[in-house]
Formats: sequence, structure tokens, C-alpha cells
Amino acid sequence: MSDVITTDAVIIGAGPCGLFSVFELGLLDIRCQVIDILDRPGGQCAELYPEKPIYDIPALPIVTGAELTSRLLEQATPFKAGYHYNQMVTALTKHGETDFELKTDGGLVFRSKIVVIAAGGGSFQPKKPPIPGIDAYENSSVFYSVKKMEAFRGKDVLIVGGGDSALDWTNNLQPLAKSLTLLHRRDDFRAAPDSVNKMRELVAAGKMSLKIGQVTGLKGENRVLSAATVKGTDGTVFDVATNAMLPFFGLTMKLGPVADWGLNLHENLINVDTEKFETSEKGIFAVGDINWYPGKLKLILSGFHEAALMAQQAFRYINPGERLVFQYTTSSTNLQKKLGVA
Amino acid sequence: MAKITFIQHNGTEIETNGIPGMTVMETAIKNQVPGIDADCGGACACATCHVYVEPEWVDKVGARNPMEEDMLDFAFDVRDNSRLSCQIKVSDAIDGLRVTVPAKQF
Repeated sequence: MSDVITTDAVIIGAGPCGLFSVFELGLLDIRCQVIDILDRPGGQCAELYPEKPIYDIPALPIVTGAELTSRLLEQATPFKAGYHYNQMVTALTKHGETDFELKTDGGLVFRSKIVVIAAGGGSFQPKKPPIPGIDAYENSSVFYSVKKMEAFRGKDVLIVGGGDSALDWTNNLQPLAKSLTLLHRRDDFRAAPDSVNKMRELVAAGKMSLKIGQVTGLKGENRVLSAATVKGTDGTVFDVATNAMLPFFGLTMKLGPVADWGLNLHENLINVDTEKFETSEKGIFAVGDINWYPGKLKLILSGFHEAALMAQQAFRYINPGERLVFQYTTSSTNLQKKLGVA
Repeated sequence: MAKITFIQHNGTEIETNGIPGMTVMETAIKNQVPGIDADCGGACACATCHVYVEPEWVDKVGARNPMEEDMLDFAFDVRDNSRLSCQIKVSDAIDGLRVTVPAKQF
């Protein structure tokens, strides 16, 4: 068991609303730890549309998801939050009378006075292709991510997909694998040209094979795969021998463990009030796409507003009895000192 | 108005009225057609609005665009008549369109 990380606020989700929550809470001297399932900040802005322009952020006529993320991170810098990536919060429970304890699938434990759920569409999880019988092989012969490369040493590896994950792992696992086949639905790859070239060199050198087609079935027994049945683009059907298959079809959003935390939900969204953006559990807030209230719009700008109001109530919980004086960053020397500009 | 029919994998048909200018995906969401997830909300960034265009409509609907072709790498069981419904604009020209929704967008 790792050491417990103690803080004022844990923010679940490092998308735009989670990052702006760090800023709003920071102005009120509330220390934050941010947890995200992705390997980098930005949430949907990073995973779904880093290069696509967003046109409805106030005062930014055009900004890409990646630019918005880096600007929000920069804005939150003075508040020195802790960021924990590749971690899914699996459990959220009460700790004592007023505090909370959170556990992640990576073994981290947090204790905090308040929790802000800014988890957007839920947690990004690998898409599982609906190949008949695939469930029986999951985690024994079928894997949706590579946790340890060594696990693939000496295996007949079959990688399915044409994106960066598929190509990166093709190139990285080829030296370890007994044999490696990359299977893709077309002889054209959306992955970075460098990794595509590297893969083509390996194919030319006879070190791996590239097949074009789609998996239609699996063969094996006792949870051990022996081959994948593939339908080629010309309709021919053939088998590829494999005992370790890695399908890479991108990520999809699932509500995930949030559904099990005992919060009142409205069609897979968390019910909040519109004064404090607090959930049915005192001290747990929800901002951004994951919350619901009458009139809710899933807009980043709405999430920013929600974060500001959430922070007011968070301050009251963390500093009971203390008076909260509303201040502007334009005129308050106190706030400007916190921002490092005064 | 353009009539758009979504055929579920079990054969059930859902008839909708598409408004010209909207996308087929938006029409599905507005009418709560099961099986069209549209995680990304129409940014052509997730491949969870995958449909099969009925053969007689393939030419009228037109070809995939390059971005859509890339995104289809993230769909399952891609066929010649596969399209992402967020990339098909509703117009009078496709009044009567029939598309089949896969069993699962996964």
C-alpha cells in the first residue's frame, strides 16, 4: 500500500473543467490533486479533438483542444496542484465524518475534504471489438493495452488496428515476439508516417507480416487463443496463428465506477443544484459534461461557470465559520499575490 | 423534411423526419435511435455513429471523406457501404434514405 496523499480537494478529470477548477479553488487557497485516466491532461480536448478548432470559448474566437488545454494548465500553474495520470478512480468513500477517501486502479490513495467530479463523458476505456467469444480470452490471450512488454516475449503476437497505438506497439514488440502480425482493414494507416515507415521496413526485412482484413472469429481453448479468423478485403477467409492478440480500436467513454458511488443520477449524469453544483452527497461536487440540471448545456464555458460557483461552497466546507470575501483578480492584491503578479 | 429510416440489427425499423442541413447522426440522436452513440457529438472523432447505407442509396449518399475514412479504422466490421452518420448531411436528395445500425458501436 502506497502512502496516502492528503489534500483539500481531489478533482477527478483533467479536462478543461477539471483544470479550471484548480484555478478557481486555488484563488480561494484550496489545494488540489487532479486524477485522470488518460496519460495526459485535456480530457476530450486531448483524446477526441486536439487539432480541431473550438469556436465558442469566450474571447478566443478560435482555439484548438490542445491549445485550450495548455492555456488552462498555464493559468493553473501558480496553484501547484498535483497531477496523476493513467489512473482511474475506482472507489470513493467517506472517511470519518466529513472527509473522503479515493482509491485508484494504480494503487494510489487520496484523502480530501471535498471531491470535484469533472469526468466529462466518464472514463476513456479501450474499445472492445464485438468478436464472438472474445470475452473468454480477455486478459489471458487478448489484451487492450500493454502493461509490461516482457509479457509478450516469445509470443505469436497479432496486433489489430492502424492508428498510433497499433503501429507503436508493432514496432516496440516486434523484437521481443516470436512472430508478429499486424492486421488492418486497409493498406493505409492514420498513424504517424515515421512509425508506418518503420513497420514497412520490418515487413520488407521479413521480420514481421502485414495482413489486410478484419477479424471475424477466434479459435482456441481454455482461454488460450490459437488463431484469429480473418476476412480479407477480397472476401477470402484465412487464419492467423496467435496466442496474444492486441486490438487497438481507440477509446470510448464509459461512465465507469462513478455509477457505483451512491450519487443521484439522471440518465447517467450526476444531478447537481445550480447554486453550488453539489451532488446528492454533501462535499462531492460535479462540474462540466458529467453533471445535469434543468437547462444544462454541455459547453466548456458552462463548466467554467460551474467551477467558479462550486469553489465558493468548497471554501465554506474547508474553512467552516470563516467569512468568504468576494474579490476580483483585477483589483485584489491578495488574489494577485496568489497568482504571482503582485 | 427528408424521411430517414434506421434499421436496427434485429430488423426493427425506426422512421424519422430529417431536417435538411442537419446530419443523419443528429437526426438519430434527436429521435433517440438506439445504437447511435455519437460520443464526440459530431466532430468525426470517435466512429461511434457507424451505419451501413442500404445498397440502393450508396451512390446518392456519396463517398466517404478522407477524415471519415481514417476514423472508420476505429469502427468494427467496416464494409463497402459503411459511413459515419455524422458525415452525411440531410437533404431532399436523400429523402427516403435507409441505413442499418450495427448491433453495437463498441
